[in-house]
Formats: sequence, C-alpha cells, structure tokens
Amino acid sequence: MEPGHRPLVLVDRVSKRYGRTLAVAELSFGVARGEVLGFLGPNGAGKTTTMRVITGFMPPTEGRVLVGGLDIAEAPLEVRRRIGYLPENPPLYPEMEVSAFLEFAARLRGVPRSRVREAVAGAIERSALGEARDRIIGKLSRGYRQRVGLAQALVHEPDLLVLDEPTAGLDPKQIHETRELIRALAGERTVVLSTHILPEVAVTCDRVVIIAGGRLRAEDTPERLVARLGAARRGRGTWEIETTAPADTAAAALRAVPGVAAVEAGAETTERTLVLQVEATGDREVATDLARAVLGAGAPLYALRRSGASLEDVFLALTTEETEADEVGDADSGNGAGPPGAPEDDS
Amino acid sequence: MRNALTIARREIGAALASPVAYVLFGAFAFLYGYFFADYLQSFVEAGMRMSQMGGFSGGTLNVNTDLIRWLMASTAILVLFLLPLLSMRTVSEEIRSGTMELLLTAPITDGQIVFGKFLAAFALYGGMLALTGLHLGVLFWFSQPEVAPVLAAYLGLLLLGAGLLALGLFFSSLTRNQIVAGLLTFGALLVLWLVEFAGARGGELGRILAYLSVTGHMEGFASGVITTRDLVFYLSFAAFWLFLARESVRSRRWRG
Repeated sequence: MEPGHRPLVLVDRVSKRYGRTLAVAELSFGVARGEVLGFLGPNGAGKTTTMRVITGFMPPTEGRVLVGGLDIAEAPLEVRRRIGYLPENPPLYPEMEVSAFLEFAARLRGVPRSRVREAVAGAIERSALGEARDRIIGKLSRGYRQRVGLAQALVHEPDLLVLDEPTAGLDPKQIHETRELIRALAGERTVVLSTHILPEVAVTCDRVVIIAGGRLRAEDTPERLVARLGAARRGRGTWEIETTAPADTAAAALRAVPGVAAVEAGAETTERTLVLQVEATGDREVATDLARAVLGAGAPLYALRRSGASLEDVFLALTTEETEADEVGDADSGNGAGPPGAPEDDS
Repeated sequence: MRNALTIARREIGAALASPVAYVLFGAFAFLYGYFFADYLQSFVEAGMRMSQMGGFSGGTLNVNTDLIRWLMASTAILVLFLLPLLSMRTVSEEIRSGTMELLLTAPITDGQIVFGKFLAAFALYGGMLALTGLHLGVLFWFSQPEVAPVLAAYLGLLLLGAGLLALGLFFSSLTRNQIVAGLLTFGALLVLWLVEFAGARGGELGRILAYLSVTGHMEGFASGVITTRDLVFYLSFAAFWLFLARESVRSRRWRG
C-alpha cells in the first residue's frame, strides 16, 4: 500500500485452521482506500478463506482484521455493514424476483426503510439489470445471476467490496462487462477481488497479492512484479519469430547469432508458417540481430515479438516451490507444471 | 427485531412459493377434517343413545369436554407428525444453496437469523391452525360451546407448535440436507412423545419422563386448563432449542 495512506483494510497476521489443516498462515497485507486489490493464487491457496475472514463470515484462528479502523471481532455488525460480499457462488434465492431479492438484501444490510427503493434502483442500474428487474432469479442465465450477485453486494453502498472470483463461469463478453463495472467502481469504492485468471489482474487491479499454500508470496503492482521477475532472469528473454516452413536454414542462422541459447519450433507451427521460440540473452538490441539473421538466410519474416516475463511467469515462479536457482537455470519453455503442494479445498 | 422480521418475511414468501407449504396445509386439512368428522359422529351417536335411554344414564354430554377436548388432543398428535415438514427446510436449504453466506455476512446477529426463521415457521403454523376455525365455526353455529376452554386449547397448540418448530429449527441447522433434518426432527419428536408411555409406568424416573412428554403437557390445555407448569414447560422447551439452534449457526462460522 502507498505509504502515508491509512489503509481501509488491514489484515494482521491472520491464520485460519480447519481442524489440523492450516488454510491460511500468518497472512498480513493492507488495502488502501479506493484501490482495487487482486488476490491471486492457485485453487486451494486460501483465497476464499481469507475473504471469508475479511467479510466477517468466519473468525480467524489467530490474528485480526481491521476494516476502517474497526476490529471485526469487536464490532462485527458495524464492520459487516460497510462490506459488500459476493461469494464464489452468488447467494441467491431462486424463487424470488430480482427486485424483491435486492430489496431483501438492502433491508438485511440495514438500508433505512425510506431509502430501500432508491438503493435497489441504483444497484439495478449499476449492474445493468434493468430488463431483468421483474424476472425470477432461478430462470436467469449465469451471467445475469452474477450481476444480481454483484448488485446485492452493492445495494447498501459499502466502502469495501469483496468479490470472490467475480468472473468465474462467465462468457468473454460478460467477463469484459464485469471488469468494466469493477473498474468503474474503483476510486469511489475499495475492491478486493480474487481470481486465478492472470490477465484479469493486469486489467482490473492496482495491486496484487499472491498467495499459495495459505502464505503470502508477493505483494506489488502487476507491472513491478513482472519487472522484478525479469530482473531475476538477468536479461534473458524469449522471442517469437514467425517465418515460413521449412526453416532449417532460418533456425541455423539464428543459432549463429551471439547470445542465442536455444531455438525451438513453437507449438503454433503449421505446414506453411513456422513459429520459432528463441531463447537469447541481451536486451532489445538482440532483436535487430535476430531479424537480420532470418532475412540473411533468405527466409521471410512475418513477425518478431518478445514473449518474455509475463505475469503468468511471475505467478508460476512464486506459487511453485522452485528455488531461484532452478528458475534461472531452467531454460526450457513450455514448462507448464501446475503449482504443487497446496491441498485442494474445493470451495 | 426489524432484522428478524426481514428474514421472516422472505422466509414466508419462500415457503408460499414452494409446494411444501400447500402439501402440508392440504394434509393437515384432510387429516383434521377426518378426525373432526369421526369425533363429531361419535359424539352425535352417543347423544342419540343417551336420549333414547331417557336420561337414565344420569350423564349429559358437553361439547367442550366430550368433543372439543378430544379433538384438540388429537390435533396435538397431528401437529407432532406434520411440523417437521415445516421446519426441516428452514436452515438446511440456506446452507445447501449457499445463501447462508449472505445471512452470515449481513450486519445481523446469529440470534436474529434464527429468530426470524422461527417467526416465519410459527406464522405459517398459525395459518395452518386457522384452517381449523372453519370446523369449530360449525360447532359454534349449531351449539354453544364455552369459548374460554377453546381459546386455552389453541394457546396450548400454539405453544406446542412453538416448541416443536424450535426443535426442528435446531436439527435443520445441523445439516445441509433437509430430508436428514426432517428425519432427525421426526425421530426426536417420536422419542419425546413415547416418553409419555414410558412415564406411565410410574416411579421417580417415570415422573421425570412424563414431564418431558411434549404432548403430555397438552392435556391440560385441551381440556381448558392453563397451568404454570405447562406454560413453563413449553416456553422453556422452545427457548432451549432456539438457543441450541443459534449456537449451531454460530459454530458454522468456525467450521466454514
């Protein structure tokens, strides 16, 4: 969090134990007012558990959570009034109409009687639910249900919105709309959202907290996390070169370029085009050398792009148990090993 | 209280939107109607036999003590068997569908959640009992029963229902499966009903068992007698199970 700002949410050495399983271990982080915080981690990393602790659904085994300076354990109702929560499965009553359900949610969250109608209208408008207002929730599509879920979290104008995987199960258009909505909320509201979809974080979040196995692995802006990993790789980068098959000549020419460590045919290679994955040390200048090598070999050059350190790499590097040495020494591409360790909690 | 009423209103709406309430009301109306017709017929036949004997038997028949009393006692048994159907879905359904997460993260207490659900179930039960007004209306139309004992009997039925629903609510809060909740409730009520027969064997233990009988305390009310003992029993019975239900909901937070 930015120094000097008092955080809206402060998670202070929170641990949560289910029986003998430690779901969250000594987790500490803050969320500044108006910020969108992405909570990133593989399935079973403790994301949902942490969110449930923040929303006051469950007390932590150890540690404390402050929201707006209030300890959840000491003023649970006051804190819950300031929070809007969308669990992973939207908590909806299928037999109710959308507007009736939102009225119920507003009342439940303590919106004064005289302002319930207004609050519901506002939430319907924000979530673009106008045409579904009088429909039965059970008959709505997945995308609409998600919007109703979002509307119920917004209806009482909370300071803090906690969204557990808000785009799970949506189609690309709905995902885009949901992200737009979240971006629109940023600034006036503080948002904590969890996801395991990486581009989502880069698109919607100001800051990322990465957890795995219930422990904090990293906390920074998406850009700086990427930069940090890039630095760890000491200038090593992967380049993608699109040319025409067969490309023995192009590959041979590329191998001759100083700094190139490996050249492999990429996965997208087809009969007519060839994508070469080139591992090379050196910074941007190497691109010119690579292009010259391809053209010099008499092969056409359709595209040349850097596919270096992405958030995905950061994520894999931080959530798998590899050591730094392995990470740097491991030159092979397509190492899609899933994060081991973390037990699946399936919730 | 406002929070509990918010919960209760939604709960009643949900019950009336599902077939369960109507099936329950229908079953109750049918069974109660059967009892009513049967008792009324016996009552009328007994009355005819008496008048044929020209009053030799020395007794007279009273609508209150010879008809309404037995009818109310039987209603208590009926209620005992039917109310698990009303209470079983209350909390279980919320746990199963995930809406419990909505309630538990709302700025309301666990007690308000439980009490709201209890109020809703109690109101539906009241509606169910109101169906019997029709039959009693017939009695009041053709006869002049005393009103006070009838009111006492209804008070008893309401208290009995409150206790049974509180117990059912507790079992419903234990599981996400409403069938399991219903069966557990039914089993518990069966035990609390059968202790009456076990209690009839006498002795110190027998007295304790007899006191625990949920229907045993209905006998006084049915015949129009309100005792502190019975009042205290039902009120504390309901309070006990509501307390346990609240603790059960609270423990759900720890278990996640």
